[in-house]
Amino acid sequence: MTPVTSRAVSHSGAGESGEEMIPRYTLAERINHWIGAGAYVYVLITGLAFWSPYFYWLAAVVGGGPVARLWHPWMGIVFAVSVFWMFKEWYGDMRIDEVDRAWARAISHYIRNEDEQLPPTGRFNFGQKLFFWAIFYSVILLLLSGVALWYTEALPWSLRYLRYAAILIHASVALITIGLFLIHVYMSAILEEGSLASMIHGKVTRAWAWTFHRTWFDKVGGGIQSGT
Amino acid sequence: MSQAATEIVRISGHAGSVPGAGLDREFRVCKLVDTTTCIGCKACEVACLEWNGYPFSQTTFDNTYQTMPETAWNYWNLIKFNEHEREDGSLMLLMRKDQCMHCADPGCLAACPADAAIVQYANGIVDFQEANCIGCGYCMTGCPFNIPKFSPAARKVFKCTLCNDRVSVGLEPACIKACPTGCLHFGTKIEMKELAETRAQQLRENSGFRDAGVYDPPGVGGTHVIYVLHDAKNPEAYGGLPKDPHIPLSVRLWKGPLKWIGNLAMLGGLVGLAWHYMRFGPKKEEEVPSDKGGRP
Repeated sequence: MTPVTSRAVSHSGAGESGEEMIPRYTLAERINHWIGAGAYVYVLITGLAFWSPYFYWLAAVVGGGPVARLWHPWMGIVFAVSVFWMFKEWYGDMRIDEVDRAWARAISHYIRNEDEQLPPTGRFNFGQKLFFWAIFYSVILLLLSGVALWYTEALPWSLRYLRYAAILIHASVALITIGLFLIHVYMSAILEEGSLASMIHGKVTRAWAWTFHRTWFDKVGGGIQSGT
Repeated sequence: MSQAATEIVRISGHAGSVPGAGLDREFRVCKLVDTTTCIGCKACEVACLEWNGYPFSQTTFDNTYQTMPETAWNYWNLIKFNEHEREDGSLMLLMRKDQCMHCADPGCLAACPADAAIVQYANGIVDFQEANCIGCGYCMTGCPFNIPKFSPAARKVFKCTLCNDRVSVGLEPACIKACPTGCLHFGTKIEMKELAETRAQQLRENSGFRDAGVYDPPGVGGTHVIYVLHDAKNPEAYGGLPKDPHIPLSVRLWKGPLKWIGNLAMLGGLVGLAWHYMRFGPKKEEEVPSDKGGRP
């Protein structure tokens, strides 16, 4: 193989087939993603324990109810900071445009794994953008309602309606994020081979980029011939 | 119940009726607070502190006789003093002993997520088991009376126990024991309700309080602390006693429909994703075409 000229195409990383890899996530992006993921899993486990008696045993897994109560808000803050960093980093890539609207209209093809019938997408497709924005706004709501639940005793009785609102908002929005989380984990770790690896090693195969993010493939120079 | 073994239902070879058959035993206890005979001496406040072993804490002066604005985690019994102007322009000093109401339908218990942190006994006492409390504060949101209070040092929530430790060995609560005017009574729920109604009738007929009545709010299933009020139509005048208390709507929605919708949605989500994988399988990569740099 002769070296390629594009900066974007990795020289060193080769896939299992010996194919050259395209960098997709920087080290900082990956570290931040896993900090956020770990924090989310913690607030999910402890949150489920507070949600229903049938999940209360989960609190024992992370050190018992009082410990879970103590750390749940702090881990929520870690998750929020992680998501806000993603916002700062990915805001440009997450803007919804005309292609996304066309993609949304063709979403049934995506569900049926007929990806070739979808409009070519940039670094993130409409589903990923939707996931990102839903998580972003959910985090804001969870943070605001969470502070009210964190310091219930600091809210005076005259402002008790804030307690009532917070308890409903926090649970409802958390449920929405659980749905998003399930879809996210399923798609990245099970459905779409190569996605989970890209968040660990930071690279994807050229075929992966060509199949799932064709506009991005062209943009980062994935199409530049190498070895021929 | 241990008494069940002493209650005889049938007797062999016995002529006549079974002694005590059909007896309806009343297990429910009740504290009656007659606000019309309270003199605001605060003996109940002191007795509560003494029995429960809390030191007398720093108080807040707000130009009334009231010890502090509201009950605290280590101050479960507070007389609320309220100056009230009547329709004819005359003034009344209303004094109401505030404490846990021991609701038959307790909002704190409904909201609590910790296994066995709040229990309700057959005698009606709603008791916090601090060993199981995780300090989340949901009970503070569930209570319509602003009673459970959080201790930042213990990171747990505390409130009046209705002297469960005394009642369970046949004693009356400490506050009742200390009351010098007899405005506090303790007995079965039926007895106390009758006594309260009798007193309210007296007030209506003999003392000119036309709206005197008993406060035993049905919105929380009745309470095991009941009040005689000079004006039962305006309980708010007695330091914010809610007119028609309920478990807050948001708590009922959260612990009712939302819980079931949420649990079904989570289960449905898992089933749906499993179905999707079995129906459509993994997403496969396509070969990069040769004009795009793929293998020729």
